[in-house]
Amino acid sequence: MARISGRSLLSDRGFLRELMVRMMTVNQFEEKVLELFGEGRIHGTMHLCIGEEATGVGTGAALKKDDYMLATHRGHGHALGKGADVRAMMAEMLGRMEGSSHGKGGSMHICDFDKGLLGANGIVGANGPIACGAALTIKMKKIPDRVCAAYLGDGASNEGAVLESMNLAAAWDLPVLFILTNNTYGLSTPLERAVRNTDLTQRAAAFGFPAWECDGNDVLAVYETVKKARDYVIREKGPVLVVEHTYRTSGHSKSDKNLYRSKEEIQYWQERNPIARFRCFLTENHIFSEEEIDKMHEEAVQAVADAVDYASACPEPSADSLEKDVYAGEYAGVYGDGFAAGAKGGQA
Amino acid sequence: MREITYREAVREAMCEEMRRDENVFLMGEDVGVYGGGFGVSAGMLEEFGPERVRETPISEAAFVGAGVGAAITGMRPIIDLMFSDFMAVCYDQIINQAAKMHFMFAGKVSVPLVIRGAAGGGTGAAAQHSQSLEQMYCHVPGLKVVVPSTPYDAKGLLKTAIRDDNPVIFLEQKKLYNQKGPVPEEEYLLPLGKADKKREGRDVTLITYGRMVPACLAAADKLAGEGIEAEVLDLRSLSPLDRPAIMASVQKTHRAVVVHEAVEFAGFGGEIVSVIMDSEAFYQLKAPVKRVGGLYCPVPFNANLERETFPTPERIEAAVREIL
Repeated sequence: MARISGRSLLSDRGFLRELMVRMMTVNQFEEKVLELFGEGRIHGTMHLCIGEEATGVGTGAALKKDDYMLATHRGHGHALGKGADVRAMMAEMLGRMEGSSHGKGGSMHICDFDKGLLGANGIVGANGPIACGAALTIKMKKIPDRVCAAYLGDGASNEGAVLESMNLAAAWDLPVLFILTNNTYGLSTPLERAVRNTDLTQRAAAFGFPAWECDGNDVLAVYETVKKARDYVIREKGPVLVVEHTYRTSGHSKSDKNLYRSKEEIQYWQERNPIARFRCFLTENHIFSEEEIDKMHEEAVQAVADAVDYASACPEPSADSLEKDVYAGEYAGVYGDGFAAGAKGGQA
Repeated sequence: MREITYREAVREAMCEEMRRDENVFLMGEDVGVYGGGFGVSAGMLEEFGPERVRETPISEAAFVGAGVGAAITGMRPIIDLMFSDFMAVCYDQIINQAAKMHFMFAGKVSVPLVIRGAAGGGTGAAAQHSQSLEQMYCHVPGLKVVVPSTPYDAKGLLKTAIRDDNPVIFLEQKKLYNQKGPVPEEEYLLPLGKADKKREGRDVTLITYGRMVPACLAAADKLAGEGIEAEVLDLRSLSPLDRPAIMASVQKTHRAVVVHEAVEFAGFGGEIVSVIMDSEAFYQLKAPVKRVGGLYCPVPFNANLERETFPTPERIEAAVREIL
């Protein structure tokens, strides 16, 4: 089993415990929504991050509460890592009024503006430009000690919008932290078939800013790398790229039959999943006992179960306000005389 | 009243709003020392500096998306897209991001963003620099779409658009930039979603917007010589649409011709006709509602061909005569 870094953090038991509980919560959240989907209690689709728990949690732990962050379509771990409310997230998964988007967004559009989460995004690569804008606000308003982190995957690294935004962030010295989680496949296409140069850190060099990479299944390595990168962004007033190498052991989405990879490959990575590795690290170094870690697991199971109970009791949103919720502020409907469905056929 | 050009009116609106609110800023290709692709922002760099008159790389997806990101975090960006045809290069940020965030995130955020683009033909700029694609934006809930036809309207509507908390697509008519018109010195705002009667008439309503407003007024003058009094209703804003104004005018004149420069097939005219047919006004019609729009072809380069592509006063007059 691969070694874990982070020797300097060994004494901070509370922090290490928090990392573990959060990773376990992300994992439990994903397992639970999969189960609910199977029972027909969640509809639509979802993109799970099982196997990638260390990226969202390690990255989120290195960001500050007021930092802006933009999550991807595979964003449950990103959101929980930034401190988003698990109950509001579960309610959103169930399409309920108390969901973070009042049931109008769903899995791909989780948000928590109080925690700096400016929304998850269903469009691959779209976060890059939006992150530049949030970073531009930080710069123009001279907000101290704040960055905007934009998650993207190896798949998104070939989107024009991402490359354009890397250039813009560099040209304008914007405090953007590009977090590239390389989970090995863009849906079913492996990185080496999508690009000639698989060293994605070199993308940053092309635009004139630094990049660091880390073992994305080692939560402490992720934390320390992102922390270093964030410090650089604040100090040097410019963007940084962090490449976190990981592996998605769950399917791309609900329709994935895993035709593009072997059972053995998936099993290899399941054995190296970030939670098992961190457990090993914590026990080998006598930081926590097996029993103590089992208790963390129970805590995560309980938090997610509580979220499901809470969400299940929440009301479904009403359809009455659908057309009224499209615009901010005073709005008399698209026809200027009330709202289309109710007002049609009326006299002038 | 003093007269200024459509171009100057747009510039005045931006300058006044930037003086009023420090969160308002302009960004786009060559908006600084060059003054913008159509000279609209000439002189603004000197007054507001490079932070607030922000020149961008040629990266529409990046800077339109940056506009979205800045808007959701407290700024009020105005984006100059030069030719509105370039929206096709950054469609995702307009359609999937800006338009949807307020709804998709349950009203927890709004997107106060204006995207200005020069639209329309008549300048010999050919197929990729002459389009009128307003109907495509009207079809996306979450966007507002404004197409001003006079300097007065351009200034008052743009000031309102900048203060609006939603993304507004503001389609300036490049052929009208040099047109002069009366604009008061004192401040005024015009509401979005209110049509303006540019000419009173009793026999037929010409429902139109943008560059076709002057074409319709020319046609109406000609028809007046034949004793036909055409009303010209300038929609000014397509989304929201002023349905009450359309209904009131058609119920008065009992006849309507819808005119726009955009390709007629599947154009915004179809929506206007539907508004009339799907209402009480239908029973008061004395003739079918006619459409006069652009031919179903990309805008050609040759000057004679280009002229033939768009509605002319003669084609508008012919449509009116057909239903009288």
